[in-house]
Amino acid sequence: MTSGLGPAIGVAAAYLAVLSAPVVAPYDPTAQHREHPLAPPTGIHVVDREGRVHLRPFVLANGADGAARAYPVRFFTRASGDVEAPSSVRLFAVDPPAAIFLFGTDTLGRDQFSRLLYGGRISLGAGLLAAACALTIGVLCGCVAGFFGGWVDTAIMGASDIFMALPWLYLLLAIRAALPLTVDPGRALLAIVLVIGIAGWARPARLVRGVASSVRSRDFVAAATAAGASPARVLRSHVAPEAFSVALTQASILIPQYTLAEITLSFFGIGIGEPTPSWGTMIGAMLRQELSVAHWWLAAPAAALVGVSLLYHATADALHRRALTMGVTR
Amino acid sequence: MRRWALAFAFAVTAVAAGSAAGIRAVVVQSPGTADPMIVDGDVGRSGGALVIAARTEPKTFNPIVALDAPSRDVIWRMHADLIHINRETQRTEPALARSWTVSGDGLHYVLHLRRGVRFSDGHPFDADDVVFSFAAYLDERVHSPQRDLLLIDGRPIAVRKIDSETIGVDLPAPYAGAERLFDSVAMLPRHRLEAVWKAGALGDAWGISTPADDLVGLGPFRLERFRPGEEIALARNPDYWKQDRAHNRLPYLTRLTFAVVPSEEAQVIRLRAGELDVLNRVSSQHATTLDRDQANGPYELRDLGPGLEYHFLFFNQNDPAPAAVRAKQVWFADERFRRAISLAIDRASLVGLAYRGRATPIWGHVTPGNRLWANSAIAHPPPSRPAALALLRDAGFKQNSAGTLTDAHGNAVSFSILVAAGNAALTDMAAIIQEDLRRLGVSVQIAALDFNAVLARVLESHDYEACLLRLVDGDVDPNPEMNVWLSSGPTHLWRPAQTTPATAWEAEIDRLMRQQMTTLDAGARKRLYDRVQTIVAEKLPLVPLVSPNIIVAAKRGLGNFRPAVLDHYTLWNAEQLFWRATEARR
Repeated sequence: MTSGLGPAIGVAAAYLAVLSAPVVAPYDPTAQHREHPLAPPTGIHVVDREGRVHLRPFVLANGADGAARAYPVRFFTRASGDVEAPSSVRLFAVDPPAAIFLFGTDTLGRDQFSRLLYGGRISLGAGLLAAACALTIGVLCGCVAGFFGGWVDTAIMGASDIFMALPWLYLLLAIRAALPLTVDPGRALLAIVLVIGIAGWARPARLVRGVASSVRSRDFVAAATAAGASPARVLRSHVAPEAFSVALTQASILIPQYTLAEITLSFFGIGIGEPTPSWGTMIGAMLRQELSVAHWWLAAPAAALVGVSLLYHATADALHRRALTMGVTR
Repeated sequence: MRRWALAFAFAVTAVAAGSAAGIRAVVVQSPGTADPMIVDGDVGRSGGALVIAARTEPKTFNPIVALDAPSRDVIWRMHADLIHINRETQRTEPALARSWTVSGDGLHYVLHLRRGVRFSDGHPFDADDVVFSFAAYLDERVHSPQRDLLLIDGRPIAVRKIDSETIGVDLPAPYAGAERLFDSVAMLPRHRLEAVWKAGALGDAWGISTPADDLVGLGPFRLERFRPGEEIALARNPDYWKQDRAHNRLPYLTRLTFAVVPSEEAQVIRLRAGELDVLNRVSSQHATTLDRDQANGPYELRDLGPGLEYHFLFFNQNDPAPAAVRAKQVWFADERFRRAISLAIDRASLVGLAYRGRATPIWGHVTPGNRLWANSAIAHPPPSRPAALALLRDAGFKQNSAGTLTDAHGNAVSFSILVAAGNAALTDMAAIIQEDLRRLGVSVQIAALDFNAVLARVLESHDYEACLLRLVDGDVDPNPEMNVWLSSGPTHLWRPAQTTPATAWEAEIDRLMRQQMTTLDAGARKRLYDRVQTIVAEKLPLVPLVSPNIIVAAKRGLGNFRPAVLDHYTLWNAEQLFWRATEARR
């Protein structure tokens, strides 16, 4: 895929899927179905024992009398039981005592599919937010440093060196330890994400600085300055647009990188806490070899992470080539 | 008159009580000669090697300063003590001391050493080595972690030589079960270490770079080679002082190797591949798989049931405490609140989900694995939300229309549970408790921190609300737990180092624990400690939850493999282990 459109659509689809979790996920991601720990993915059937084909898929479960019965999958139905919002509409559901676990359940009987979707909101959202922070600061500092040069450039780039040398994992560990214990998981994650983003401005700033420094010597910038344009206007109207393609490429690299950072923290048990899911906490469960071999469905978040990362990298690759082409053309 | 009854698996023992001089004597002798110790068990065949997994390599080979388990696991295969706690019976038995007597007041012990015992370099062992060893352990300059165990009421025990085969030990105060003090105090070679000790360098001696020939002990094995990051190979000590029933000198194995395999996953894989012979501890998660495949595998899995480890929840009752915590301590201090929390927690789910059924729910702090001391009369109330809510209502709490529990002032009940990050079972347990309490209307946040950060908050800054923790007892006897149960104890977890007991029941526990420590009658001691267990189960300063099972694995065909719930689970009788079919071994 050379245009990059395909991967970009794939990335967008991933975000759409996780954003629609309240509708698509059949269960509350924190609900513990304690009678179904480590349940394999539920089989969905369209052909019954007698060989009859049913237009409406169904799942099998033991009824109150202990005999296996077929329970039809209902679509666009009101949620019931232990779901997060009883009044909301779900894309699909089955009536109790049947259960539909598309990707099986974890050790506490929580629906992996629902957790994957809700966890994706945390993990992908964290990457997006952290990258937005890093790029905003990075582009701003890079433009200023490159455009003004001199001691401003030296000061900002010196600061970027310090930030790039920070052992960010230890820094995050210290921040997490310093946060009040009663802080809810969402706020703890937000604090960590902001720190990741703020600490990550240095690399994009260096790249943007190079672009800004080169733009500064161009004729059209000199013309704008001679015409009386203020430095702020020159930066906004002439330098920033030149840095845009660099920032875009950086975004497609940084977002999966920061997504991975959140996952790493959660993997080590210091990211978002229980019971809120994230792909990192879910992958953390695979630490146990027994789980990854015998309960292969627990690898779903790892597969999702690989897929999304590949899509992002393909997008970055396409954007990079596009930027090069534009540079050659210009 | 007190009568000691020591039951040894091997013994044809005499328990003699009373004498004209007021000395009540306990004489335990090995059958036949007094010199070699004859041990019970299958008569095996010599030869072969055994490879056991080790998570990390030892930090030292010095038994005086060794604190970490990997070091002690290796060291205790190379050393021996005077009186030993049999890991299987959980009772003391003779070791290098073939017998001992104790005075009527329990203050004076006379130990008779086994004759003809030699160190692994061939040098004879005698009373001078014993006096030297205790002097070294008690020397403050050496900083031995075991020194505190040899102090009674803050004063050291006195060890003196009576003759070359007899030792006198004087206690500064009565101490029940004092012979347990001698367990895990290694007898050291004076001829090798006295000069180092006098030079003030004993704590630094016998590091991991020490040549193998310089490490001398009285254990069944001696160091053969140490490859950092790879393995520690021990060779048979030809001068070992134990024999089997057929008077064959032990140990049977020619070599015992500790293979360094850092992760449990890799250990399991290597066991299944036949590269490891023994795993000293298998987690419940891996046990499920190993159990399922063991019919086709070269190994056998042993689930020994609950050990001495127990998990519990407790609340911060420190005064002073950080302001944010203080507001909630009114709840935590209310015994009805703690009992309601205990009633709301479904221990069966903790066992079934967090431990896959390989744990035991507990309601008291002494686990069923402690056969000598567990109080079987402690009630096991089943989980009950209505009963929990009734208790909370009685304490002034109520549920609002949204189902949220509020206190008498209308504050929503919410607290955080501190848990060590990285422990899958503990994290699962915390999530289950969180869900159970949510059903009660209580909001719980789980705060997973590094283990050292957890300890610092609990014992130093007191900046936490509730904590999920585990304790592992090293011995079945209650005395080593004094620091936990005395209100003045530094590890009296919910409120350490009190100057005076904060509550009447803590004062009663103080009195009972001190009384049991000096009560020499075993039955009376048991009754006193039973009462302590009852108080803890009723007042719930710690809410006991589960005791994980001790699960071990070993290659098939290992003779005398009798794992126990006291550490070291699998190698406690390493000298007796043998391969039933020699051709199966390398």
